[in-house]
Amino acid sequence: MAKKLLEMHSITKEFPGVKALDNVNITVEEGEIHAVVGENGAGKSTLMNVLSGVYPYGSYSGDIFFDGQLCKFHSIKDSERLGIVIIHQELALVPYLSIGENMFLGNERQRRRGVVDWNETYQKAEEYLKVVGLEENPRTLVKDISVGKQQLVEIAKALAKDVRLLILDEPTSSLNEADSRKVLDLLLTLKRERGITSILISHKLNEVAYCADRITILRDGSTVETLDKNKDDVTEERIIRGMVGREMTERYPPRPNTIRSEVALEVRDWTVYHEIYTERKVVDRVSFKLHRGEVAGIYGLMGSGRTELALSIFGRAYGTKISGTLIKDGQVLELHSVPDAIAAGLTYVTEDRKDSGLILGNSIMHNITLPRMEFVAQRGRIDRDLERQTANHYRETLGIKAPSVEQYVGNLSGGNQQKVLLAKWIYSKPDILLLDEPTRGVDVGAKYEIYQIINDLAKQGKAILFISSELPEILGMCDRIYVMDSGRIIAEFPQSEATQEGIMNCIMQHSKGEIGA
Amino acid sequence: MSNFWTVLRNNLRQYMILLALLAIILAFQLMTNGMLLKPMNVSNLIFQNAYVVILAVGMLMCILTGGNIDLSVGSVVALIGACAGTFIITWGWNSHLSILLCLLIGIAIGAWQGFWIAYARIPAFIVTLSGMLVFRGLTLIVLGGLTLAPFPADFLAYSTGYIPDLFPTLNLFGLRNSTSFLVGVLLAIIYCITQVRGWITRKKKAYEVESPWILALKVVIVSAAVIWLFYTLGAYRGVPKVLITVGIVLIAYGYFTTHTVMGRHLYALGGNEKAARLSGVKTKQLLFLAYVNMAFLASIAGIVFAARLNSASPQAGQSFELDAIAACFIGGASAYGGIGTVGGTLIGAMTMGILNNGMSIMGISSNVQQVVKGLVLLGAVAFDVLGKQRMQLPFLAWLKRQPAAQQDKVQIEQ
Repeated sequence: MAKKLLEMHSITKEFPGVKALDNVNITVEEGEIHAVVGENGAGKSTLMNVLSGVYPYGSYSGDIFFDGQLCKFHSIKDSERLGIVIIHQELALVPYLSIGENMFLGNERQRRRGVVDWNETYQKAEEYLKVVGLEENPRTLVKDISVGKQQLVEIAKALAKDVRLLILDEPTSSLNEADSRKVLDLLLTLKRERGITSILISHKLNEVAYCADRITILRDGSTVETLDKNKDDVTEERIIRGMVGREMTERYPPRPNTIRSEVALEVRDWTVYHEIYTERKVVDRVSFKLHRGEVAGIYGLMGSGRTELALSIFGRAYGTKISGTLIKDGQVLELHSVPDAIAAGLTYVTEDRKDSGLILGNSIMHNITLPRMEFVAQRGRIDRDLERQTANHYRETLGIKAPSVEQYVGNLSGGNQQKVLLAKWIYSKPDILLLDEPTRGVDVGAKYEIYQIINDLAKQGKAILFISSELPEILGMCDRIYVMDSGRIIAEFPQSEATQEGIMNCIMQHSKGEIGA
Repeated sequence: MSNFWTVLRNNLRQYMILLALLAIILAFQLMTNGMLLKPMNVSNLIFQNAYVVILAVGMLMCILTGGNIDLSVGSVVALIGACAGTFIITWGWNSHLSILLCLLIGIAIGAWQGFWIAYARIPAFIVTLSGMLVFRGLTLIVLGGLTLAPFPADFLAYSTGYIPDLFPTLNLFGLRNSTSFLVGVLLAIIYCITQVRGWITRKKKAYEVESPWILALKVVIVSAAVIWLFYTLGAYRGVPKVLITVGIVLIAYGYFTTHTVMGRHLYALGGNEKAARLSGVKTKQLLFLAYVNMAFLASIAGIVFAARLNSASPQAGQSFELDAIAACFIGGASAYGGIGTVGGTLIGAMTMGILNNGMSIMGISSNVQQVVKGLVLLGAVAFDVLGKQRMQLPFLAWLKRQPAAQQDKVQIEQ
């Protein structure tokens, strides 16, 4: 049996009122990839914060042994000194500094005290970039490389600190599948060639099953079990059972056939240019149809133009030199602004609720009624009681778990925030919903509820465009699937003919230039 | 009752600052041997702070849009005073039409700055810093560096002096000006009636209502404060006319921010600009209007201030922008926008005003006064920020990660 690198014994961490971690045990062996999974709020991040010293020794009970030594970390610096490096979900790189500068930020190669040795910095940076397989000049500014490459820079940065235990918190949450695969393969390579131990926190169970040697499952602040790849039968279904504590036989609710014959929205030859680099086409002659009662999917990787497509349809909220025709219920639509689009019965539910969907410092009520204040106001005067009633109605029908609609949205869990976002746009009485990654950053249970909400909307005769980069979700939820790549729709599959392999092949071939062009 | 607690928690900052203001009043009342709340001094306080309150309300609208401030208001106050002086004193124009013209000039100034800020997307700090220099310079050019005085009586009539006593022989409770007291009682009655009627209609429509005790408590406290204020004013020379202007501004903007769609959009814009834009809020237009409005209120303040000095001076309004900004932040506005209330701003402005006045009565030198005011500003905001970090931040961060079922439990426990 391999040597134990890290042992955390009966860790308990309490916040005023509630136990966030309750007697959690976890053992990580040297040279393994250890996944920690659990629903949102299960305590994964808290556990990692305890381990890395964000919560100092004494603010929790229990013991941490690293390399056989009892550890009493008082800050992140203490844990880093022992080689425990955490890479957070939100990348912590400075966009206007170069790759090399970022890599040695806070850990500068110095000639004398306080004087940076640039030659060594860039030479070392180049070495580490080679290790992570990133072919970039270390003098390139971080803002000029893709998010996928930035993630690799983060890992290189950790390596530069002589990492022994690498902790990655949702490392692929903002990456497309190809880049995600690259990061995961890198972890496997680092394990094989350099013996680096890592802890991987992830929502994406296929990734966990792909690269983890052992998996610890947390639920409601306690360890449920630890699965071993060599001993147990590790499948996604098995992991989910541990996470939610019940058998999730159906990850997607059954999709009843609610499609009506009327075309709700038709888009013809839609072309959009980039907002800043105005000579770059981001959406190229896209045409598609949405029927009433239909959930049509757009599958595309990040950067395929799917968000730009939806935003530009939504009252030209993105892009320049937009051309093409929108036809809604047989009538040509001229939308010049977002208010136009909302008034015409269109909505766009953003992929990034914190950045562009919700006002976190406002109440649930104020968030829900924002897009169409006229429903709760007369001649510009808000009827606050009607507003509260309306908000309460949506809180109940969508099952938003909050004691009152006065609650600030920022205090809600991810799944509940997403429901508020949906509530806001359902409230605006749309005919057509453009949903951009509606289940991103939401745990398994809440995902199911959101799928049900979407099915209900379809049943009411609304037309739904479901944009996602998670293939299983697209396959499980959509009646028809469009595949998008580099600004174009390259294929269309009815649900019956769509398979994961078929869609991936289609994209692979398109990027090689065999279809389209 | 969880609803009540949520509301209480969301507005905790404002109750705290109100308590702090009451403590400051009490402290100065004791240290000045009761001078602070003598009728004459209360009247003075109103005259001294009227323009700061007007400016602060305008500043709040700018700050709400996303922490944007307007540095030019002091210069606009001076320029409008200079224009009024030139029109009325030098050229002998009609006072009323001149005031109207001055307000239009104010709106034009606001449109100029608003254009650069909202449509050309130049940071408000830079545009208004430029405005601060430009309008101060224009003031000096218009006045030729001289002070113009005095204004005719019909110009002064709008904002200096008192509302005349309608019942000079009444002498209720031995008051010099009984009208003032009666006005106070009338206002308190109107307030009570609207509150109670609103409560009853809400109850009838089966909307959520607060308990009758809380309603009664609120009504009694506010009415008592109003009656006390007008009683005190009545014991001196009556209601200062400028209080009407200030009152209208406070009520109008208080209503605007809490009850109108546009007011709500203002908060949304400051809370998350992208989300607001994607929700159909006309963000550029709103930002533009906030600055037009600011300059409009600055020109009202300019006229009030010129009348108070009874002159148009090239030095008028210096550092008014800082007083107005400080009032907003002491009153709980967020430097990032989207948070802040008219009530809080009034409390902030009163805090600054009472500090000024109280220390002056005590004979503390103005040098020391500046130090104290500066520290109070820092202290008020630091208390807010540190309080959040120490007690709430880890807690809030944790709350965000909790399943909501547990959240209920926490809230009830609190």
